[in-house]
Amino acid sequence: MAALTPAGPMAPMTPPAIAAEPGGKAGRPRRIRVWRGVVLLVAAVYFLVPLIASFTFTVKDSSKGFTLDAYGQILSAEGFGKSLLLSLGLGVATIVVVLLLTLPAMLAVRLGLPKLKPILEILCTLPLVVPPITFVAGITTILQWGPDHLADTPFFQTIIAAQNPDFPVVLVLAYVILALPFVYRALDAGLGALDARTLVEAARNLGASWPHLLFRVIVPNLRSALASASFLTLALVLGEFTIASLLHYQTFPVWIYTISGSQAQVSVAVSVFSLLITWLLLLALSSAGARQRSGS
Amino acid sequence: MTVQSPVHTAPAAAGGGSRPKKSKSWLATVPLLAFVVLVFGVPLVIILGGTFSREGTLSAANVTDSLQGAYLTALLGSVKLSALVAVVGALLGTFLAQAVVTSRFRLLREAVLTASGVLSNFGGIPLAFAWIATLGNSGVVTSALGLDSAGWSLYNFWGLALVYLYFSIPLMVVVVVPALDGLRPQWREAAQNNGANTWQYWRHVGIPVLTPTLLGGVVLLFGGAFAAYATAAAMVGGTVPLVTLQIANALSGNVLIGHENVALALSLDMIVVAGLVMAVYLPLQRRSARWLR
Repeated sequence: MAALTPAGPMAPMTPPAIAAEPGGKAGRPRRIRVWRGVVLLVAAVYFLVPLIASFTFTVKDSSKGFTLDAYGQILSAEGFGKSLLLSLGLGVATIVVVLLLTLPAMLAVRLGLPKLKPILEILCTLPLVVPPITFVAGITTILQWGPDHLADTPFFQTIIAAQNPDFPVVLVLAYVILALPFVYRALDAGLGALDARTLVEAARNLGASWPHLLFRVIVPNLRSALASASFLTLALVLGEFTIASLLHYQTFPVWIYTISGSQAQVSVAVSVFSLLITWLLLLALSSAGARQRSGS
Repeated sequence: MTVQSPVHTAPAAAGGGSRPKKSKSWLATVPLLAFVVLVFGVPLVIILGGTFSREGTLSAANVTDSLQGAYLTALLGSVKLSALVAVVGALLGTFLAQAVVTSRFRLLREAVLTASGVLSNFGGIPLAFAWIATLGNSGVVTSALGLDSAGWSLYNFWGLALVYLYFSIPLMVVVVVPALDGLRPQWREAAQNNGANTWQYWRHVGIPVLTPTLLGGVVLLFGGAFAAYATAAAMVGGTVPLVTLQIANALSGNVLIGHENVALALSLDMIVVAGLVMAVYLPLQRRSARWLR
């Protein structure tokens, strides 16, 4: 610009309309840039301050100033390992059950039963409409009512076995329902990007059996969709509080809540820690998805 | 030429083979359908049946109970809080998304989108504790700014709204970014060529195209805030009337003898409210899907 201004004769030659245009354009982006900067700054403050503050909360010490003791105490806190293992076990069981239920069904619908697709979609979306707390209200009622009325039937034993505190199957059943909408959407996107019919027909013509086809052809091609469904399910189970606490099981979030009364710093430290784990899980997921996209 | 003949027979073979396959594909859907009906359907039927029975007889007393006094206050409190969070969260989320989408820095965009994906899943107990450590009575920011002497408290309606926005705004960003990306620059250029200013462009082109997505986002945010229990339970206990806290209370036995089914009636109220709101969302999502391509 500085080099151009001395060329005096050029200025009058530019038509006023064009001269006004760059001026207007320069003015608007600057206003937008300021506006955008303010929005981003406010957002950064709102979203980062609680994260930084919770970390500060866990490391500040009235006498020493800075200490990582709270994080050291996590491992030795009573019930930490047991509740975390319980939550991880429930997560793995939920992933296995939900994938075994949805994948064959969705594949079959895509291949030969397109009429069933809307029904499946509605069934798998319904759990979003029903808040978990109402779901658990129904479950508790069954669990209380069952033993009174089914005492002489095999159902009684089943209901008792499902409530085993070491591994509450009833939670797995509930979590499968909660995870259905997310798993359905992830797998639906994955199957949509796949020419499932061609793959299936090719494999069948080459003599592959159905289990072989499912595990050696479909599953490897759906790797990223399956991974995303599994990660989302795991994150859901690791964070689920409502159902576990109202059914009185000591899963990981329930344990954090229980210790908060006596060890506030440790409970916040665990919260920060669990956020970091979720963050890493989802980061791994999104980078895997990006690699898949750039690869194909 | 000889190679072509097996290719020609292949579709026929596949067509013939698809008949027995069809009966098999029916079977593959049975476990899922049976599971959903049994594990999800039966509790819903129990809620419905329990709501309309008191001490073994058919009665609407539970519904009437659940719609008066403290229960009604709680239901309205939940609706108010969720509506506030949904509208404010949708507005702020859209502004943030627009700021990110129009930015030239790819890295900023990726970072905000990834962070939004993570934070929209950040809920429950850890969220409550992070905010208690920040703005609670002995929180870091509270003591640093001396807010406690100024009468600040996180443990009320507005504090809860502030905390709920922490996962609602990122969720809105996730929902609205694809739609903002779908606003083609050509539309803006066409509007400008026809003499429209920025306001007119948004009023007549941008907002109408975005409306289904925006309303869908509001509904999604409403549902999330309406169903939230863990955060509220850890933060405010019983001081803010919310229907989820009342249900938990009733399930834990804090009800009059013989009125245990009020928890089920409250659950039914919640499902009806959430269902009505979600019923708006599903057709809208289908409409907005057109713009997301």
